Amino acid sequence: MRIRAFEILVAAGLVLLFTTAVLLLTGAPPLEAFALLVRGSFGSVSKLARVLTVWVPLTLCACGLIYTFRIGLWNIGVEGQVILGAVGATWALRAGAGHLPPGVLLALAMAAGVLLGAGWSLAAGVLRTRGGVNEIFAGLGLNFVAQGIVLWLIFGPWKRPGVASMSGTVPFPPGLWLPNFSWGRLSPVALGCAVAALALTAWLLGRTRVGLFLRAVGGNPRAAHLLGLPPERYLLLAMALAGGMAGLAGGIQVTAVYHRLIPAISSNYGYLALLVTMLAGFRLGPVAPIALFFAGLNVGSVQLPMALQLDSSLSGVIQGASVLAVLLAHGWDVRRARRQA
Amino acid sequence: MTEPSPVLLAANVVATAAPILLASLGETLTERAGLINLSLDGTILLAAMAAFAVAHDTGSVALGFAAASAVGGAVAAVVGFAGVILGVSQVAVGFVLTLMCRDLAYFLGNPYSRIQGPQVPPLPVPGLADLPVLGPLLFRHNAVVYLSLVLAPALWWVLYRTKWGLEVRAVGEHPEAAYARGIAPRRVQMVCAVVGGALVGLAGAAYSLALKPGWGRPQGAEGIGWIALALVIFGGWHPVKVALGAVLFALLQVAGIPLQEAFPSVPAQVFQVAPFPLMIFTLLFMGLSQRESVERWAADRTWARRLVRAFRGAAPRALGRPMEGG
Repeated sequence: MRIRAFEILVAAGLVLLFTTAVLLLTGAPPLEAFALLVRGSFGSVSKLARVLTVWVPLTLCACGLIYTFRIGLWNIGVEGQVILGAVGATWALRAGAGHLPPGVLLALAMAAGVLLGAGWSLAAGVLRTRGGVNEIFAGLGLNFVAQGIVLWLIFGPWKRPGVASMSGTVPFPPGLWLPNFSWGRLSPVALGCAVAALALTAWLLGRTRVGLFLRAVGGNPRAAHLLGLPPERYLLLAMALAGGMAGLAGGIQVTAVYHRLIPAISSNYGYLALLVTMLAGFRLGPVAPIALFFAGLNVGSVQLPMALQLDSSLSGVIQGASVLAVLLAHGWDVRRARRQA
Repeated sequence: MTEPSPVLLAANVVATAAPILLASLGETLTERAGLINLSLDGTILLAAMAAFAVAHDTGSVALGFAAASAVGGAVAAVVGFAGVILGVSQVAVGFVLTLMCRDLAYFLGNPYSRIQGPQVPPLPVPGLADLPVLGPLLFRHNAVVYLSLVLAPALWWVLYRTKWGLEVRAVGEHPEAAYARGIAPRRVQMVCAVVGGALVGLAGAAYSLALKPGWGRPQGAEGIGWIALALVIFGGWHPVKVALGAVLFALLQVAGIPLQEAFPSVPAQVFQVAPFPLMIFTLLFMGLSQRESVERWAADRTWARRLVRAFRGAAPRALGRPMEGG
């Protein structure tokens, strides 16, 4: 899906109009709210670090989603794959603390996150290929199950000594935290992971046969099968790649951001990454800047409740409206071109 | 605390089923015309918020319900416009709207969080309400529950016994053929989207004005939209079977309450996810029963054949695919 600049302009206008209308409906000053969003996200270096901290999991998940979209799958289960990645990393850190050097342990924790994320994704994939369950429902159901698992762990086997609470498990000692840059709370390792995922995806899809095969199977599974490409294997490969990257994002949330398992460990980043990928027209190129835009909205909206007594879900409204506006503008444009042809 | 009687528990199931019936049957109508409205989960929340806010500000529960159905119809109209008129992926638009409507509901509903508001008054049916067993079971509810009870037979009658219903099904199976027969598929699809969406909106109002009165974040209706979407598949796109599934689901929800009380240390959220593995298993069962190997296995076993046949339900053939040409 190639989106023209004209469509983006129309969509941006629509989003601005819609958001202003929503703000006026609640009696909030629109200009002040917009200014707050910008200042709250890109206003200082420490805020920029926070934006990039959100950008990392969004980018990782969105990269993974490129594979599943390319083969024609709606991997809505990405949210649960982030959660399972976080569970995997927490499990590894809990099991290995004190037995292994921190560097090795952190690497193992990330690997455990990748494995569990990929496994959770493969569960949805197998339900689809062998069980005939639509991947949207399989993934969505598994998201809720993953959320249940986290709550059960936090209130059950992994509860804090004394009283279990929504604040999560006991924080890990600082020795098991991924180190931050000196200028802000942002982990260079996390940032490196996201950049590496972007590069790996660009290489796999652009320079190897994997990208071509994924597109072939997605476009016409029967023809691909006749050409000797097993559709099921590529379907599961795409799911595993997506789940692995989402699991890595979950592992990073544990090792670099929260340093423990919390109930909202995935922060809706999986669902948000679906919106990022859709807004990117299901292509890799625009993923990084769009994820930055979305991360900025997320961080900027944190101050809304304090400053203007507004709910922070305004960011979600703007993000959703952006994708909807682009889909509509693009659809309109395509229809117009078709009619003129 | 006195032990609740089985009749009152059953009446509770009927009340719990009301919004699920409204949402899943509304979606059944939409999908029978070939359109998927995936935005149910967000639509229900936005409609619930709108219903509560309007009812609170005007003091009129009826206006609250009107607002909810208007919201549901409007969201569905966006899905319809994008999917049917523009030919944009219905799954994409529906999914975006799910997330956006939920956030919009939380944002706009913020001032109405955790405040007292009006509720639907019970409306016992004169004469019938005093019947033994049936009275408390069916005739001492509110107007929404009555609507949900007659909806399944009504929708069945419309779909299978009226000319318009035949047109809806024709459009859902093969819009181009329907067009050639003089039906306007896009108009039929838009009407089914808006009417179905309005029913989904009523489901939202049934939560915020009756079943889980009030508004908050979370409201408590989160996830129900997805269940309703899965129920349409479970019911094989047949209104009566979809309704049976909805009642069955409500029964499980009510049955889960004592279970929750038995394990007070487990947070309520863990129980709230219980429907979803069930949803996966049900869809898995549905998916497997469509397999040829399973059909062959069931062919010489009477009970298995009946079971497989009872769950057989093909999706409308043009589901999710916009009409070409025209």
